[in-house]
Amino acid sequence: MTRFILPAAIFLALAGVLYVGVVHSPNKSTMQSALLGKPVPTFDLPVLGSPGMKLTNAQLAGRPWALNVWGTWCVACRDEHETLLAISKQNAMPLVGLNWKDEDDAAIDWLKQLGNPYSVVAVDSDGRTAIDFGVYGAPETFFIDADGRVQYRHVGPMTDEVWQREFLSRIPRGALP
Amino acid sequence: MKARANFIGLVSALLLGISLSAFAVDVEPLPTPEMQRRFDDLTHEFRCMQCQNQSIADSAVGLASDLRRDVREQIIAGKTDAEIRATMVARYGNVILFRPPFEKSTAWVWILPVLLLIIGLYVAFRIVRQRAAMVATDDSVVDQDEIRP
Repeated sequence: MTRFILPAAIFLALAGVLYVGVVHSPNKSTMQSALLGKPVPTFDLPVLGSPGMKLTNAQLAGRPWALNVWGTWCVACRDEHETLLAISKQNAMPLVGLNWKDEDDAAIDWLKQLGNPYSVVAVDSDGRTAIDFGVYGAPETFFIDADGRVQYRHVGPMTDEVWQREFLSRIPRGALP
Repeated sequence: MKARANFIGLVSALLLGISLSAFAVDVEPLPTPEMQRRFDDLTHEFRCMQCQNQSIADSAVGLASDLRRDVREQIIAGKTDAEIRATMVARYGNVILFRPPFEKSTAWVWILPVLLLIIGLYVAFRIVRQRAAMVATDDSVVDQDEIRP
């Protein structure tokens, strides 16, 4: 009988390790950003639809804001668009768009047709800023606090639940409208 | 004869296609062979975050090509390999390295395979020992018909 105990124990231990691995697997929704707690990457990008205008990280300092990485080529971005529109109506914080490796005309058409949830959209046509943010697939949404530090990153389409739990909850009480 | 020429033509076209696709992304080499060697080594160290087990050197997706451009620019800007690795980890975390450093969060990645190997060797050793200790207990007469062809 004892000769079965050791193999069974090894099997259970291995199954346990693999179970933890599967449950906590770095899948798209749980992959933590390496930027958490770190200052937001610096950027200086053209503003979509406003030739000559620039958006920098310095301009956004002093209050919490959210950055949504999107592109018209991104199917999941269309899925989350309704949610973003609803979120933007709350006016809880500026929702800044990062138009990632896209065509300006296509992006402008998209916002005209589907509605524009963004306070402002920065154009990252060559993808350098997205790399600095550690983006690996659109859509991704970051929360940046009033001190200019990245505090959360959500990968995949935004949902009401994630917005409430991870974004609104990080805004100091009293600052909400 | 004509069929054979066609066949050779087809094969060379296919081979040409393969060789072209291998160089399709970054045609322009780095300024010095030393820089090119560092570029080739470094791009094989970083995981393509959108792919399954491909390095950024092996992948054709847009993000991998952006990261290769970044490595290229950092090499030309005079950054050391360690500095380039550090910028990649700062953005994407240890997961971008195929050989992550030994830390608390990565310890099991290094320890588990060794542990499993030791367990496997122990089990194999036990089985071999048991088999060696076995004594034939079957003394029934062998049926000669089964042996003859």
